Amino acid sequence: MSELIVFSTLNGLQYGLLLFLLASGLTLIFSMMGVLNFAHASLYMLGAYLGYQISSWLGFWIGLLVAPLLVGALGALIERFGLRHVHRHGHVAELLFTFGLAYLIEEVVVMVWGRIPVSYQVPEILDFPAFTLWATSYPAYRVFMLLVSMAIFLGLLLVLTRSRVGLIVQASLTQPKMVSMLGHNVPMVFMLVFGVGSALAGLAGAIAGPALVTQPNMAVNLVPLLFVVVVLGGLGSLTGALLASLLIGLVQTFAIAGDFSLADMARAIGLSMNVPQVLSELWNVTLAQLAPVLPYLLLVLMLIFRPTGLMGSRES
Amino acid sequence: MSATISTQGSLPAPLRTGAIWLVGLLALLLLPVVFPKTSVISTVCLMAIAIVFSLSYNMLLGQTGLLSFGHAVYFGLGGFFAAQVLTKVAGENLPVPLLLIPLVGGATGLFFGAILGAISTKRGGTVFAMITLGVAELVAAMAALMTGFFGGEQGVSVDRTKAMALFGLRFGSHAQVYYLILVWCLVCGLCMYYLTRTPFGRLCNAVRDNPMRVAFVGYSPQRIRFLAFTFSGGFAGIAGALSVINFEMAAGTMLDAHQSASVLLMTFIGGVGHFAGPILGAILVTWLQFSLSDLTPAWQLYLGLLFILVVMYLPGGIAQLLEMHLGVVRAGLVARLAVPYLKAVGPFVLISGSCCLAIELAYRLTVEKAKGTVLTIGPVSLNAASGWSWVVLAVLLAAGVAGWRYMRSDFLLAVDDVMNESRKRLMQ
Repeated sequence: MSELIVFSTLNGLQYGLLLFLLASGLTLIFSMMGVLNFAHASLYMLGAYLGYQISSWLGFWIGLLVAPLLVGALGALIERFGLRHVHRHGHVAELLFTFGLAYLIEEVVVMVWGRIPVSYQVPEILDFPAFTLWATSYPAYRVFMLLVSMAIFLGLLLVLTRSRVGLIVQASLTQPKMVSMLGHNVPMVFMLVFGVGSALAGLAGAIAGPALVTQPNMAVNLVPLLFVVVVLGGLGSLTGALLASLLIGLVQTFAIAGDFSLADMARAIGLSMNVPQVLSELWNVTLAQLAPVLPYLLLVLMLIFRPTGLMGSRES
Repeated sequence: MSATISTQGSLPAPLRTGAIWLVGLLALLLLPVVFPKTSVISTVCLMAIAIVFSLSYNMLLGQTGLLSFGHAVYFGLGGFFAAQVLTKVAGENLPVPLLLIPLVGGATGLFFGAILGAISTKRGGTVFAMITLGVAELVAAMAALMTGFFGGEQGVSVDRTKAMALFGLRFGSHAQVYYLILVWCLVCGLCMYYLTRTPFGRLCNAVRDNPMRVAFVGYSPQRIRFLAFTFSGGFAGIAGALSVINFEMAAGTMLDAHQSASVLLMTFIGGVGHFAGPILGAILVTWLQFSLSDLTPAWQLYLGLLFILVVMYLPGGIAQLLEMHLGVVRAGLVARLAVPYLKAVGPFVLISGSCCLAIELAYRLTVEKAKGTVLTIGPVSLNAASGWSWVVLAVLLAAGVAGWRYMRSDFLLAVDDVMNESRKRLMQ
């Protein structure tokens, strides 16, 4: 039992931090520019594929370094030549633009790398069990993922709250005119923020690619989950995004281990109920089967009881 | 120009539009007679279903300003409930004709629209969009778990001919189903059109344009959003039921994200600002799905590109483009557009042609390896494996871009000029 708890916690933390790595870029862009980047998960996928491609030529570490930079540059280009152009039509148009972009990126990835998963491998240097507790061993690569995600979170928090750059970035959000009066190039700041956010997504992809599977539908499955993280955490709140990511990571990992259903639970406390035919399937679904649904259930509950999210203050 | 204006005056406007509608209706009624047993009828059926679906979507996006990524939920649920009811009706010989089955879909859509709408319309704007996506995921995943009702991987098959016969009609032939779908499409279209003309429809527009002012006047924007959401769910449910009647099957794909995405694409490409927009979009995209998917494996890429181009350069969609040009035609100024348009044809063909060829060639190198690397179109053949084809394409593209940049400002000025002039003339 304690083995299960330790490993579920570790896996949950690692998954949650990976989600946060993605959500941080998304939140950064969203809170800065009001743009909900639907293509964020697609940039993550692109990071994984570019990481795979470059690592197959030049080795894993160069891939890990270069892929996020390329994705970041692409993000900056997207902002400069796409989003900025659409901006005058309002936020819905921006969202639609990134939606179309997500559609395109998926098609392009299929066009270049095909529909079957590519074999993006864990580098040999990290391909060993980091430690063994009881009978299960924990791979070193997962520890590495955990550390990188934590480092990025701390770095981002420090830069945003403690440095001059963070000051300008935050000021550009609330007082763009004043900031540009002071001699800062606000459009450039936006472009850079979008680039950095995209680079974070690319980094997440390049790191997660070997551990998860690098395939063309890895983005589609992630977009709704990311949106849940952002809404759960509260719009534009970095800390909220962290909390929500960890929450979802832990809840999902623990749920996967839960091999019992509502019916079992009722039986355990001595209840025997006759459930109508239609609902009997739900009654007998195990928690593990429900795991993929739980984030969305959380979302619905959150919306009913606290529509602003965990750390959110803004209404809309 | 005076000639066009004088022919306009020959019939009073209401009669003229009435005549157009009558001719259109007659054409639709005669379609199965003219094209018996062809794929034309089944394509038109799909178009009609898509029209109901995208009109219902436009009630949210175009009229109330709500961008939903989960409209397939109501389409799919409507379909599944209709399928289950149809099975029950057929199994127990209940006196329910097939013609009324879409009502089941509509009621389902209304019901779930009200429940899920109460949750999702708590917030507007971007947050609403995110929430609809989450709710859609939730419903799709739940449906996958409840295999008894939703039929799991295979879905639920039905036999439409087993429902009660109405006036001897068993709906065995595709032409009969065509008429059923056509009737429902027309009824739903008219209902949705007249809904836009009611005070409620106007309030929806007001919520889209300025929710704060609506609240100030004394209406709750949230309640109006909720009502629009519910109605829209109801019509989507009808579309879902029609789709089940058409395919005799309700599948899990009806609920998934691709379905939501495709209705968004249809509505937006057609144009959200205009009632006819979603209709045009549904017709065009359904047709593209058929004709392009036969021609090229990259058709989804082209569809995505079309969507992005519309978002960037034509926010009113095809309907806006048509409206602008109809105005020019009515003002009798088409001739003045001819020269700038003819000049633009060159760069347009160069840019789009070279891009399409590049995409097709790239597919030959990757997904479509089996077909070989040589792409032959008419007398020209390009080899994807040789660098020269790529150089040629790059040169063509560069020439196109250079040509466009050279004439861009003149072109835009000339077109703008004509549009302004025609607007002025029509105002008189």
